[in-house]
Parts: sequence; C-alpha cells; structure tokens
Amino acid sequence: MAHEHHHTAHTDASLGVHTEKPVSTSTGQELLIEGASCASCVNKIETALKQVPGVTSAEMNFAQRTVSIHGNATKESLIAAVQKAGYQASAAEPDVDLLEEKEKADWAYYKRLMREMTIALALGVPLMLYGVVTGEMSVHTTAERLVWLAVGVATLAVMYFSGRHFFVGAWQSFKNHSANMDTLIALGTGTAWLYSMVVVLMPQLVPEMARHVYFEATAMIIGLIDLGLALELKARGRTSEAIKRLIGLQAKTARVLRDGKEIDIPVELVQLNDIVRLRPGEKIPVDGEITEGYTAVDESMLTGEPMPVEKAAGDEVVAGTLNKTGSILFKATRIGKDTALARIIGMVKQAQNSKPPIGRLADVISGYFVPVVMIIAVLSALAWLNFGPEPALAFAMVSATTVLIIACPCALGLATPMSVMVGVGKAAEAGVLIRNGEALQTASKITAMVLDKTGTITLGAPKVTDIVATGTLDESRVLQLAGSLESGSEHPLALAIVESAAEKKLPMLKTEKFNAIAGHGVEALVDGAQVLFGNEKLMRDRNIELGNAVQQAQLLAEEAKTPMYFAVDGQLAGILAVADPIKEDSIAAIRRLQHNGIRVVMLTGDNRATAKAVAAKVGITDFFAEVLPEHKTHKVQELQMQGEIVGMTGDGINDAPALAQANVGFAIGTGTDVAIESADITLMRGSLHGLADAIAVSKATLRNIRQNLFGAFIYNVAGIPFAAGVLYPFFGLLLSPVIAGAAMAFSSLTVVTNANRLRLFKAQSH
Amino acid sequence: MIGVNLVGLALIALIVWWFWLYRPPQTTLDESGLVIRVENGIYQPSHIKVPANQPFSLQFLRTDASPCSEMLLIPDLQLSEALPLNKSKSIKLPALAKGTYVFHCQMQMYRGQLVVE
Repeated sequence: MAHEHHHTAHTDASLGVHTEKPVSTSTGQELLIEGASCASCVNKIETALKQVPGVTSAEMNFAQRTVSIHGNATKESLIAAVQKAGYQASAAEPDVDLLEEKEKADWAYYKRLMREMTIALALGVPLMLYGVVTGEMSVHTTAERLVWLAVGVATLAVMYFSGRHFFVGAWQSFKNHSANMDTLIALGTGTAWLYSMVVVLMPQLVPEMARHVYFEATAMIIGLIDLGLALELKARGRTSEAIKRLIGLQAKTARVLRDGKEIDIPVELVQLNDIVRLRPGEKIPVDGEITEGYTAVDESMLTGEPMPVEKAAGDEVVAGTLNKTGSILFKATRIGKDTALARIIGMVKQAQNSKPPIGRLADVISGYFVPVVMIIAVLSALAWLNFGPEPALAFAMVSATTVLIIACPCALGLATPMSVMVGVGKAAEAGVLIRNGEALQTASKITAMVLDKTGTITLGAPKVTDIVATGTLDESRVLQLAGSLESGSEHPLALAIVESAAEKKLPMLKTEKFNAIAGHGVEALVDGAQVLFGNEKLMRDRNIELGNAVQQAQLLAEEAKTPMYFAVDGQLAGILAVADPIKEDSIAAIRRLQHNGIRVVMLTGDNRATAKAVAAKVGITDFFAEVLPEHKTHKVQELQMQGEIVGMTGDGINDAPALAQANVGFAIGTGTDVAIESADITLMRGSLHGLADAIAVSKATLRNIRQNLFGAFIYNVAGIPFAAGVLYPFFGLLLSPVIAGAAMAFSSLTVVTNANRLRLFKAQSH
Repeated sequence: MIGVNLVGLALIALIVWWFWLYRPPQTTLDESGLVIRVENGIYQPSHIKVPANQPFSLQFLRTDASPCSEMLLIPDLQLSEALPLNKSKSIKLPALAKGTYVFHCQMQMYRGQLVVE
C-alpha cells in the first residue's frame, strides 16, 4: 500500500514559488443517489443538501445520479439529509480509500476466523489425540455417557462460537432454495454431532457396535475449515498486489493555480484546463499538456520502459508517472475516470475478473455441485446400510459425513479466477494490458504473428539518415538550407529534415517564394540562393547535371532509404536520404518470437524494395509489400485458412479491421498515448518485446490454471468415491471425516498458493 | 430395510425438487428502487424482474464479510464489480433484451437471476 506524502504548502526558495495552505478552500464530495426517478427530484435533493449547515453548493447530475457538494459538512449529515428527503445516498469514494477499507475489513475477518479456529481446535485436537491414543470413543457405561454428554455440550458451544456462520448461511440459503459450501459443512458437522448425541442420550436406538461418538470430527472440521478460510484470505490479498500497485500510483493531491495563487487541493477537485504546478520528485496527479518548463518523467510504472522520457512545453504528461528533474506547469486535459491511469486500472480490474473459456466447465460443474453431492451422500449411506458390514449405521453416517465435507467445490471455483487475477496483474506490470480472459487464453496458442511495418517494427517517424555533399557546400550547410526550405512544407519527410536541422542547432534562414511542385519536390529562395529539392525527374526537368549521384542514390534506395536531390543555383549540392528507422530492439524481439516457434509475417503498404530491405534487416522471410489497409484483413484471413492462430500487431487505429479479424489483436501504444479500448491486448511500451512477454505471461497463466483445475478436480471429484468408501471392500480403508475436513480446508489454499506462484513470473526482456 | 431405502429415495427426490425444480418467487424492480442484500451466503432477493429495453440500476448492500461474497459477476454482460462491505453499491446496467441473466459470486455459491420481461 502506498502511503502518499501530503504536500503541505510552504515557500520553496529554490523555485521562487510561494504557496499557501488552502485554509478557506471548500472540500468537495460526491454522493451517489438512488431512487431519483424524475428530473423534479433533482431540485428536491439539491435543496435538501443546501440546507445542511456548511454546504456552499450542491449540484446534481441526473444522468449519472450523482451530486457534487462543496462545503464543510460531514458525509454522514449529507447522507442523512438526502434520506430525509426520501432518497438513498452513498458516498462515492476514490479507489485508494476503498482499497484501504477493504484491507481493514479483511484483516478484521481474518482475526475473527483465527479466533474461531483456536476455540474449535482447542477442543478438537485433545479429543482426537485421546481417540488415537486410547482407541476408545464408544459409549457403554452410564459414567461414559455422562462424560460424553459434557463433551457433546462443549462441542455444541464450539459449533455456536466457531461455526455459527456455516449454520446460519446454510439455513438462509436453504430457505432461498439454494445450496452452497455452508450447506455441506453444516450438514456434515451437524450429522456427526447429532449421531453422537443420539448415541449418548438414546443408545438403545443404535446397535451396540455402532455406539461410537464423533464429536472430535465436528470440532476438528470446523476448526480446520476456519483455518483454511483465514489462510486463503491472506493469500488472496497477495493476488491483487498488481492492481494495488496501480491504484497506489494515483496522487492524492494536486497543486493548482487558482486566482494567481498555488494551492493544494484533493486530486478529485482538479478541473479540466486547470494549470497544475509540478516539482521534481512529485507524482503527476492528472493527465495534461506541459505549458511551461522542461523535465524528465519516469513512466516505467505504466510502460515498463526504464529510461526517463524528456518532456517540454507541448508534450503530454500522464497521471501516475513521476516527475524527475524539472519544475513544470501543465494544463489538465483529462481528469478523474478519464485519465489513462484510471482507464488502465478499470481495464485491468475488468480483465482480472473475467474468465477464459477453459474455466467455464468448472463453472458449470460448481453450479450443480452441491445438490449432487448431497444426493451422493444419501446414496452412499444407503449403500452402506444395505450392503455394509456391521456396524452399518456408523459406517453409513461416517461415509455420508465424509462425502459432504470433502466435496466442497471452493477450490474448483477458485482455480481459474485466482490465476487470471495474478496473470493479468503480472502482465500489466510489464506494460501489457490484457483485455479479458479469452484474449489471455488465445494468446497462449498463437502460432503466427503478423506485424505491420510502419510504427510497429519501425519507429513510424522518418529521420534523416544520410547527407551526401556533392558540390562545394559542406553537409551542415546543405542541411541548413534544406531545413530552412522545408520548414514551410507539410510533407512528412519534410518534418524529418526540419527536425534534423533543429537537432544540430542550425539556425533557420529566410525563405521566400516557396513553391511546392506536387509529386516532385519544392523550390524557394533561401538566404538569397535559388534552391531546388526533390526527385530525379524534377532535377532532369530543370536540367541539373546529376553525374554519378544517380548511382549513389540507387545504393541508398536499396538500404530502404528514400533519397532526394538538392540543388543550389542550378548546381547539384547533395543527396539527402530519409528513412523510418527500425526500433532498437525489434530485431531481438522478432528473434525471440521466432525462437518460440511463432511464424512472423510482415505487412506493409510500402514499396517492395523498402519492405524487402526492412524484412531482411530484422530477419523476417515472410513479408507482403504494397498491401492496402483493407487488404490487411485479407492477409490475416489467408493465414487463418492455413490453420494458423493469428496475432496481429498494429497501431490500433488504421489497422482496426485487421486487428478485429485476427484471433488476438495487439495494439502498440507509444508510451502513454494508449488506445486501450481498441485491441485484445495493448502494449503500453512501443517495444515488440511486449508481444513475446504477453505470450509468455498467457502461457504461464494457462499452465497455472490447468494445474489448479487438475488439483481441484482431484480434491473435489476424485475424493468423493474414496470418501464414500470404494476402497473398503478391497483394502478395508474408510476415510476419516477429519482427514476430509483437512483436505477440504487446504484445497482452496493450495489453489490460491499455486496462483501466487505466478507472481514470480519474469518477462525475459528485462 | 425397505423403509430406510424409501426414506433415502424420498430425501433425494426432495433435494431435486427443493434445489432444482422449485421456482422461487420473483421480486419486481420498480420506481422506488430495490436493495439486494448480500448476507449469510445468499442474495436477498435473488430473483428480480426488470422491464426490458430500458437501462436500470441495481443496488447491492453487502454485510457478509466472507471474501467469497465480494465479487459480483454477470457473465452475459461481461460485468464484474467489487461490492464494498457494509456500504451500498449501485451498479448501472444497460437496456437489456428479454431473457434471463444470472448473477453470482466468483465461486457461484451466491446465485441470483435477473428476469427481463
């Protein structure tokens, strides 16, 4: 759990910023309203709230059934006012508070279970030891009857103090025509106790040989199951660590400029377009755009990208990331539930609770399980009564009880959700957002991965790669002139040249008479010189002598670069080549996929020469060039027809149909600009390693689920015949109800613990 | 012995009827709203009639501390929500086509139905 530092206001001399404590700032609260069915209720509720002392304003959003209130009134008084007006209200709270509250409630429940467990085992363990040591738990004499009567009353007390929740739950669900784990435990322990009491109070009803008591079974089972529940609660807490970490990223306060002053306010009160001040070391509270300042931001918590990202005015900052070096001002562009972080949290939560198809059978089984088990228990008792040896009645009772106890379907029900919870969380930590359980399962089966070239394998941002000076001017002068010329153009390649000139800090020169010659190039007067920039045809049209520059340009083109000629005052001055560079780790990531037996296919709209050069560089042999966007879907279909399970990776916008056609669509988000709603799996980092990571996580999770389902199945289903006594005719073995209780208690724990093992999963790329 | 066997078979018949064949009464969701209580292992009420083709919201109040009751799932709507303890939680649902939509906890021990008509 992250504990936030609340930044109290103070004077920060180094930054020269004076800030004040928000003494008079009203605090805002939000309530959810229930029962408001007509627009006229709005008025009634607002009026009721405004009459509460301390309230300065109350505004209701009828569509969302929420009301935001400003002022110094307590939440309780506000809720009471709404209730008095005839409606129901509850507090809308930030996730952080809900999480803290949940942990508190879980801790209280854990302590209660441990207390109940101690009471039950304090009676059960000595009783069981007595039985094992003396082998004597039967009732024959009056003295024995009195002693066992006392033990029976003590057991009843244990059932009341430690096991009441099972009995109340069983009765409630029985009334409701449903049955659950409580039903089985209550029936099992209740039967054992009732039988024992009959033996003690009315021994004449029970055959001599069957006068055995099972009070220790009742106490032990209740104690063990309480212990199992307590340990399971602990282990469950750990499965949600990833989401806790994400929620912990949310800042609690923000420092905004209001009326020329900087004040600290709770982050929920930040409004769109507020100007927020951020100092080094502070967490970014909401999404926004930098208006002033320069800094480096650590975005690793969201993208998994370890290097801080440099940001200046105009760049985006994302809530939850950490400002490292500079002090900046930024404008809030997305707040509350709209921030990228909130959307990521929402999506991870949703995915963690969804089920992959593999878990559905277990669901169907657990839905019918309890009544079926009750029927099996009755059948087992009947079989013993009809065919069993003496004491048949005691055997019948023991087998029915054991069947009821061993068959609790908890482990079966937990097997899938626990693994998905940990797996999806683990993926999110590595910057991989998995939409749902189905995507998780399919990703583990991918056999072919289709990669879009531009923006996926390459950076998607062309850069100047070569400057060849062919005349009297040097390279930097060529770049300076070309950059100045292109600063007026909107062509994507022009941007690469302007940026390259800016990077080298070359000042822009005065440009006049700019003229774009469509499809060929541009010309203008730069710094008094007549410059011409474009393709071979443009040069020939203007009678520029190219000489052996044509061969040089040819060589560049073969390296997947786009060469352009540059002429000054009628003379060729140089060649500039622009290319979309391959991402640093694309080669390694593609090799990783291929190493895992996945067929990697590249699609691109680019010409064949460029496609071939890029494919060769990254080690792809399967590629398709000059593919129009609408034909990408076709290519995916073709692969599917060849029997491949296809993953398609694209930037999520113009590849949408192909992403949808693929068995699993992967969207590449560059850093923070995540279109997380558009694909099955979103990679928050631009690196293709995310693909291999996603597949590795899903494989590990599916393996874990299979282990869990297998284990749970053994416990719950295969255990039943043993409990019913199939081994008795052959080996004379009958399972004790206490052993069944222990097995049942630890089956859920085993499943949750196994799911927790997934937390150790490490993505290979780091 | 025949008597014992008959009692046993009658018990089985009773289990089948009580847990599977019996149709529980339905509660209708109307203007005044409805609070579904989550306590002692059940949803109360568990069978809720709602009108078709109009959005509505369900309000849940969980007083059961057992972690089993924490998640509410409606698989047909791909919905899963955490229910806070001792606090009501309103869940907005879209307009639904006629049919039956089950809701349950993660382990399907708590079960209920939305009957959309």
